[in-house]
Amino acid sequence: MKKKKRSHDGAAVNGRLVRRPIRRWFPLFILPTFCCFIIGFLWPFIQGIYLSFCDFNTPRDAVWVGFANYAKAFRDAGFVHAFWNTAGFAVVSIILINVTAFIIAYALTQRIFGANLFRTVFFMPNLIGGVVLGYIWSMIFDAILKSYNTYLTSSATYGFWGLVILVAWQQIGYMMIIYIAGFQSVPGDMLEAAKIDGATGFQTLTRVIIPNVMPSITICTFLTLTNSFKMFDQNLALTGGAPSVMMNGAKLNMTELLALNIYSTYNINKSWHGAAQAKAVVFFLLVAVLAIAQLTATRSREVQQ
Amino acid sequence: MKKKENYSLGSKILTVFFVLLCLFWVMPIFEVLINSFKENAAVNTNAFALPNEDTFVGFANYIKGMTFGNYPFVRALGYSFFITVVSVGLILLFTSMTAWYIARVDSAFARFFYYLCLFSMIVPFQMVMFTLSFTADQLKLNTPYTIPVVYLGFGAGMAIFMFVGFIKGLPLEIEEAAAIDGCGPVRTFFWVVLPMLKPTLISVGILEAMWVWNDYLLPYLVLNRTEYMTIPILVQYLKGSYGSVDLGATMAVIMLSIIPIIIVYISCQKYIIKGVAAGAVKG
Repeated sequence: MKKKKRSHDGAAVNGRLVRRPIRRWFPLFILPTFCCFIIGFLWPFIQGIYLSFCDFNTPRDAVWVGFANYAKAFRDAGFVHAFWNTAGFAVVSIILINVTAFIIAYALTQRIFGANLFRTVFFMPNLIGGVVLGYIWSMIFDAILKSYNTYLTSSATYGFWGLVILVAWQQIGYMMIIYIAGFQSVPGDMLEAAKIDGATGFQTLTRVIIPNVMPSITICTFLTLTNSFKMFDQNLALTGGAPSVMMNGAKLNMTELLALNIYSTYNINKSWHGAAQAKAVVFFLLVAVLAIAQLTATRSREVQQ
Repeated sequence: MKKKENYSLGSKILTVFFVLLCLFWVMPIFEVLINSFKENAAVNTNAFALPNEDTFVGFANYIKGMTFGNYPFVRALGYSFFITVVSVGLILLFTSMTAWYIARVDSAFARFFYYLCLFSMIVPFQMVMFTLSFTADQLKLNTPYTIPVVYLGFGAGMAIFMFVGFIKGLPLEIEEAAAIDGCGPVRTFFWVVLPMLKPTLISVGILEAMWVWNDYLLPYLVLNRTEYMTIPILVQYLKGSYGSVDLGATMAVIMLSIIPIIIVYISCQKYIIKGVAAGAVKG
């Protein structure tokens, strides 16, 4: 708001003193980042869209085939299976992670001895990479399941819930940090007013605290949603998609999520490259639509401050 | 007078509960630790047992782990460290410069680039992985010394978004004063703006470092695989080819790869937790 109130004079001074001299340094300030951005993102992205309509081994020998790759991708039972797997995984992990992180954060913002230490411990798994995490947990799950004479990759159910536990262990700490920041930003006078008005603890929570931490809830559901849709490393390292069954002559990996399915489609052979790229485009559209829909849906319920 | 903290009974019960929960939380890492001191067969038969005089092998697994899979662990550690430091350094330097330009110059190109950055944040890596690895290969970016260019390109979106948000809240008067005192844009940026960016530099630095250090797929696809392995690539490679051969040594490698993270975390956990919270609130 402040900027709009600035006088006309000020804007002119800004232009003369700050803006115009910076513009002359365009090559230094913008070009290095922009060039790398083209190499690391923009060009591969555009080429990726183009190649999804082509039959190719390398981008050099691409032949235009129209929507054939998309048709092939949607006919692939593995892709459809991976989609439902991912959707189910996302729902379960969003609820589990956010509810647990919310409760832990709420408890840790009360007066508790050692709260800082607990916070440190809960956050720690987040710093360990997905591949290493996957390996640690596959060792643990196998050790537990051994006493029941079975193993992790013997059943899709084990693989699914194993991944849920792994991801919860990893991400609860991260979301907890965000919720704690949210709880700490609840205005103290509002809590006091609620107390004076005789609100019970539960009423304070639902009527005062939750509306005020809504921005944190938005961020955390958004992050857990996109994280679970983009989940790759943990999935690869924990089960790698195993176990697999044969269905209509094609291999169907039971615990594969979308990202891993795209990756393994590339590696079947070169006739699948086009279909894998088409899957990647569908995957991108799905993630983009979900992210935007989720952000607009929760943003509208935030309190105006 | 000594101030005595009084905790209510409920809070004491909660403390006990959280102590137990924390023990449960570190259990997986403790498991890796004890298994890294056991011989291979013992890891296979009973992973939860503590090492005893029959199964304890001392640091033999660690010594073996240093060259396990015919790839020296130290080499992977060195590449991981180099790539992370250089990439994060480049990202912080160049994206903060770009963000200042975008925030202060209201040109069509600046706005276009800013929206492209926002857009790149929602694009999953699988969308570009195949074409990116091909492009990087063609431009000879497939070594640890050149891969930071790819990281700067792919990681720019989030960094620019966070820096622009912060710079827009900085008072313009300070930069105007610097300009009146005769500072050119370069001096203004490095001597006036950059020091004010410190909190955001820490947040962005931590988030990008966590990403680059733990990243598996990008370096796996971009780097020349036989020659250069980072720690995640090495761990995945060992699991794939040697995992069933020697679990003890693999546990030692995992432990070695966690130790640097834990050291960094303990020494700057205040910054890490603050940085993550600040970064998330802005995102």
